[in-house]
Amino acid sequence: MKASAGGYARASSLRDALEMLAASDGSGRVLAGGQSLIAAMNLRLSAGDFLIDISRVGELAGVSETADSLRIGALTPHAEIGRNPLIRHHATLLSQAVEFIAHAAIRNRGTIGGALAHADPAAEFPACVLALGATLHVEGLNGTRDIRAEDFFQDIFETAIEDGEILTGLSVPKAGADERQVIEEVARRSGDYALAGVCLVKRTGGHRVSLFSVGPKPILAKNAMAALDRGDVEGAVEALKAEIDPPSDTQASAAYRRHLAGVLLRRAAARIEGGNA
Amino acid sequence: MSKVSMVLNGKSVSADVEDRTLLVSFIREVRGLTGTHVGCDTSQCGACVVHVDGKAVKSCTMLAAQADGADVVTLEGLANGGDLHPVQAAFREHHGLQCGFCTPGMIMSAVDMINRHGPGNLDETTIRHELEGNICRCTGYHNIVKAIKAASDQMAGMAQAAE
Repeated sequence: MKASAGGYARASSLRDALEMLAASDGSGRVLAGGQSLIAAMNLRLSAGDFLIDISRVGELAGVSETADSLRIGALTPHAEIGRNPLIRHHATLLSQAVEFIAHAAIRNRGTIGGALAHADPAAEFPACVLALGATLHVEGLNGTRDIRAEDFFQDIFETAIEDGEILTGLSVPKAGADERQVIEEVARRSGDYALAGVCLVKRTGGHRVSLFSVGPKPILAKNAMAALDRGDVEGAVEALKAEIDPPSDTQASAAYRRHLAGVLLRRAAARIEGGNA
Repeated sequence: MSKVSMVLNGKSVSADVEDRTLLVSFIREVRGLTGTHVGCDTSQCGACVVHVDGKAVKSCTMLAAQADGADVVTLEGLANGGDLHPVQAAFREHHGLQCGFCTPGMIMSAVDMINRHGPGNLDETTIRHELEGNICRCTGYHNIVKAIKAASDQMAGMAQAAE
């Protein structure tokens, strides 16, 4: 057994979890589905944390709707995001993304809040909520804060969540009647993290393009969005390639990732606008 | 230390375990049920798949403490006495294994897949896609896919006969 933990406690409520987090003096680590955290513990990339298990805090799970938005609880598992009728109807980008995330058994445990708080730059959900213009809700003992997706993701595995706060959920605007949402990615093996990925949303107010796995955090490609608003797909592809600075690693070179990003945007645009990819 | 109690293959069990104890370690080392295997312990390979409250999970990426109060079924819990579960029987019939290391996870994923899609509703493409989280390094998957298809169809026939 290789994992190392500095203790474990199951929270009975959000308040209970926040109090344990405050009392842990910086050593507390929030455990939800554990599909990244426990794997990291097994690899000893993460060790010695006091685990505060929120996975049974019922108030943090589930999906509800208001007139113009969906409220998605942080503990809603990926499998539920994929099959929930409200999400399939009003925020199909999220349900499409589930198909790309890992494997069935992982999707049963992994949660959307865990994925967003973990902020893996290669993960799908952070880029999805950026493209959708979602608002993330965090809570601490001193109260709640609403953070726009644009301001939430700050660096690799780094978010705007402060010490002592827990991500409780997110609000996603409902898609308009003529809105289209698509996600495209390339991975080496089905269910692996993407080498590069693109989310494209076309709504009355204009296009939104976000990318994942091409930098330290999900990126909103504003110049590509402006070009798509003008109806210029090739211009958008060129703009996109200029506004990202992808890393080279053992999986792919920067040049290959930049090329893939352009191909994926062309494919996404073709799915929405018609025409050849 | 955490006190962990669960129903494991229909039997109530309980033990005091270290906080870091993985569900798979609890199953294999505390309870001695070695049918569940550990391949990668980072949720890639699927050899450790068990069912927790009726859903497939990778038991290497869940703490035993998180399964407290749950109903857990492992490979050993599938057969009814000497009668193999239809998926186990199909793996034998179609030779859906060579070294056998991945087989427990393959079978637990297959049962989950048939439950989710409904018996008789699996085609080869769906089965292959659904097996993305279970790695086999021997068979090339052909006989595994055949076995799952056969079991799914046979279970549909059994469900029909029971009506």
